Amino acid sequence: MIKVEGLTKRYARNVAVDNISFEVEKGQIVGFLGPNGAGKTTTMRVLTCFLPATDGKAEVAGFDVRSQAMDVKRRVGYLPETPPLYPEMEVREYVEFVGRLKGVPKANLQARVDEVCGRCNVADVKTKLIAKLSKGYRQRVGLASAIIHNPDVLILDEPTAGLDPEQRKETLALIKELAGEHTIILSTHILPEVETICQKVIIISKGKLVATDTMENLNSRLRGSELLEVEVGARTGSINKDSVQSRLSSVAGVSRVEFKDVRNGHLQFHVESQQGESVRAEIARSVVSADWDLLELHGAGLSLEEIFLQLTASDKGAK
Amino acid sequence: MSNIWILCKKELRSYFVSPIAYGLMAFFALICGYFFYAAVAIFVLRSTDPMMMQRGMPMDINEWVIRPLMMNVSVIGLFMIPMITMRLFAEEKKTGTIELLATSPILDIEIIVGKWLAAVLLYLSILGISAVNLAVVFIYGKPDWKPVLVAYLGLLLQGGCLLAIGSFISNCTKNQIIAGAGTFAVCLLLWVLDWVAAYETTTFGKMISYLSVTGHFENFAKGVIDTKDVVYYLSLSFFGLFLTARSMESLRWRA
Repeated sequence: MIKVEGLTKRYARNVAVDNISFEVEKGQIVGFLGPNGAGKTTTMRVLTCFLPATDGKAEVAGFDVRSQAMDVKRRVGYLPETPPLYPEMEVREYVEFVGRLKGVPKANLQARVDEVCGRCNVADVKTKLIAKLSKGYRQRVGLASAIIHNPDVLILDEPTAGLDPEQRKETLALIKELAGEHTIILSTHILPEVETICQKVIIISKGKLVATDTMENLNSRLRGSELLEVEVGARTGSINKDSVQSRLSSVAGVSRVEFKDVRNGHLQFHVESQQGESVRAEIARSVVSADWDLLELHGAGLSLEEIFLQLTASDKGAK
Repeated sequence: MSNIWILCKKELRSYFVSPIAYGLMAFFALICGYFFYAAVAIFVLRSTDPMMMQRGMPMDINEWVIRPLMMNVSVIGLFMIPMITMRLFAEEKKTGTIELLATSPILDIEIIVGKWLAAVLLYLSILGISAVNLAVVFIYGKPDWKPVLVAYLGLLLQGGCLLAIGSFISNCTKNQIIAGAGTFAVCLLLWVLDWVAAYETTTFGKMISYLSVTGHFENFAKGVIDTKDVVYYLSLSFFGLFLTARSMESLRWRA
């Protein structure tokens, strides 16, 4: 559905996107990850024909973004980071206006407006002025107008930025719902979001492609060894840090135990397992059988920064 | 074509839901009313002048009231145009809505013409208020109506070309104040250019005074349609819209 080959975008003084290539298949949700300033927005702007690429080729829905821009624009729904709303319009009016711009036939424009407003949960504010809407509603109105012409490809630039956790959850659920009919690229710098809804991840950093893979592959590649956070407390009396550490280390499959902190008299450790070993059950048993309390045992997620460090580090190693 | 109309309607609507349109109309009604009063007052004063009474020929109301009024309206227009055009593109660039327009399946030129057309229609509806003043003349006098129509045509052409220039300047910046001030400066310059005409007889001087916007309006105010003036206004309109299109294009590579 989307094919990018050697895409480069150079501004006067810096290179925003440097020779990146990737492909997205029909119906997929793809997470476009990267820290701020990585070139996510620039890439998306090229795909939506807002900016021309300096070099390279990009195809959306089988049309070239440079030579067949009109065909691409007809098939792409785009939600920029700040939804492009006119505050002086009412919600219904705005969605209708966008529908007309995108060339939705007059005969079924009204039906489409009602449909997308319903899907994006903005039906209850249809007659409100956009200026009076909260951030969450604005985001959803933006999304509603992005899908008004039923586009093949949906490009969402940080659709959850600035939303509260509840709104964030709702927005993600909505995007996931839309996935069947549309191919979706969404950019974000928040990893858990991607984990919950994306099938594929494209990671860029400083304009360069760092990784492009399916979510599972990426996870196993990065988390061949599991990192656990363990909190142990004494049932009675006090507890010795070293004895806990040595006991944890002696569990089969554990490669490293690191003492982290003391919290309310409880000891916190980071335990790393060997490649491909699951050690949770053993750790729990060993702690409890030593007559300590196991207060917490959970996998410590890798932050996006850590993924970057790992990926870029492995790149350097390969070279 | 329908895309132009979509944009034009949206633009007109945002003029009329904001105070801009009403503010300009009120401002224009006030100033135009004042100039009308002044023109009529002079007319009345002169008509009672014994020297004039002896002349036997009645005073021409077209020449004494309508022409000076129209000349003044043309100058008031120069002051209103920056206020009409300043938000046209600058606002969309600032709020990011230009991204919506630029990624929609419409041509740049349709965006530009749609917006310009909305500005022209607003300008016309503001000018329409002066019809109230003229109606008084038509009720109490018997002026010739044809020169009046020609004068309005001239105002429309003049407005069209200045609005096109204003669109271009608004497209060059994200800042509405800069857009407004820039357009005002250009309008002012195009107005005062013909002040040198009286003293300059060289070719260069004539060229400069030919560029004056208000200079070309004089014939229209008299009720004369000169192709020279029509060509001047139309070509300046096209030039303004052409520059706007170029500036819009540069948005894409300058980003």
